[in-house]
Amino acid sequence: MTSFRAMIQRELRLSLRGGGDVLTLVLFFVITGAIVPFAVGPDRVLLARIAPGIVWVAAFLAMLLGIERLFRADHEDGSLVLLRQAELPLSAVIAAKLIAHWLVSALPLIVASPLLAVLLAMEPDAFWRTLISLLVGTPALAAFAAIGAAVTVAIRRGGLIAPILIAPLSIPVLIFGVGSITNTQSGAAMLFLAALSLMAVALAPFAAALAISSAED
Amino acid sequence: MSIDTTPKQSWWNRIAHPGQFVAWTTPLLWPLTIVTALLFVVGLYFAFFNSPEDYQMGDTVRIMYVHVPNAWLSQFVYGVMAVSALGTLVWRHPMADVSMKAAAPLGALFTTLALFTGSLWGRPTWGTFWEWDGRMTSTLVLLFIYLGIIALWRAFDDQLRAARVIAVFTLVGAVNIPIIKFSVDWWSTLHQPASVFRADGPRMPGSILTPLFVMFFAFTFLFLVLHLKAMHTEVKRRRVATLQRKAAQGAGA
Repeated sequence: MTSFRAMIQRELRLSLRGGGDVLTLVLFFVITGAIVPFAVGPDRVLLARIAPGIVWVAAFLAMLLGIERLFRADHEDGSLVLLRQAELPLSAVIAAKLIAHWLVSALPLIVASPLLAVLLAMEPDAFWRTLISLLVGTPALAAFAAIGAAVTVAIRRGGLIAPILIAPLSIPVLIFGVGSITNTQSGAAMLFLAALSLMAVALAPFAAALAISSAED
Repeated sequence: MSIDTTPKQSWWNRIAHPGQFVAWTTPLLWPLTIVTALLFVVGLYFAFFNSPEDYQMGDTVRIMYVHVPNAWLSQFVYGVMAVSALGTLVWRHPMADVSMKAAAPLGALFTTLALFTGSLWGRPTWGTFWEWDGRMTSTLVLLFIYLGIIALWRAFDDQLRAARVIAVFTLVGAVNIPIIKFSVDWWSTLHQPASVFRADGPRMPGSILTPLFVMFFAFTFLFLVLHLKAMHTEVKRRRVATLQRKAAQGAGA
């Protein structure tokens, strides 16, 4: 357990000290959301209606940006090979990376989402539900991102392919995420979203570990 | 990364050797092609000239004889890929790699055809080319998964390493297949519910069901022929790559 916690701390330190990565991600998220009113027109009623969808798409795109750093740097400097031989099983290493990845790439977006709520004229009620749906749904996005990053780690220009692989898997998350905000039966959608997150987070470390060990030996 | 190329005695090992596999399956190609052609002749004759018009849809119902087999194959081919992926990961069977790679473009093709014919059929009957309903959306997702897998194959230099990684992703993507299958039951929107494979028997008269089944087998055999041929091509392509590498090494020495 201590090595698991040390792994999380290592990841957090690496991404927080690596420069303004987190800030860039948040900036991208806010700008993506803020660009929509320029594209569809500043109609407050329309914006309030499509705001949950905009926030989810912006969060999805922002999380795609961050996946390159999940395994890439460790693969290039050779520490991934060391991590594979560590006492901690590779799937646990990836689980730790997944937790750290969620903390530095999804949590800042959720913290920044009030900004988008104001820009997109969201009602307070809809905003709280968006906040909860992001909290419940983003772990699934992070888990799929881990699978995509693991599959493409051995490819030199894998950064472009990973989003193509992840997007189809992430569509159900977006459907239920937005559904839990806007639907009349939002309770059922929220349960589906929670189920998706739990299953994705439980299985992704094993799938990603299998992909990485296949790619390297 | 050396493959054991000495032929062994059991049939399982014998088909594991790519050269042996090609030698074994080449005699099957012509008979399969002839059966496919016959099935298409019979099936298309029935579909176009010897089956009734639908009392509501008229002649447009004939699109079904192309649409339904393609839709079936879009899922069946993914099933073949998933089984091949297991063969790659569990038994490290060299021909499973080849089967998995050869199936992906065919699956993408059949899925595209299913979406295209469905769109052509949807316009006169539903009044729309496209609707975001469960079956169509999940089939579109399937097409994206196929295209992603093809892109992944092309991105890897080392095809042996690629096979195991792609096998993992293929199995992850397989969660979409049951979603497609049951989408018409879970979200009853525009697309009609299952009407051929039902617990209480098919809900169609025999005059429509028979040509549908013939077309069904015709397309499935077409896939078998194309898949086998694509596997042969892939084996030969790898052999060419090996020979080129050897020649380059020989020239350098």
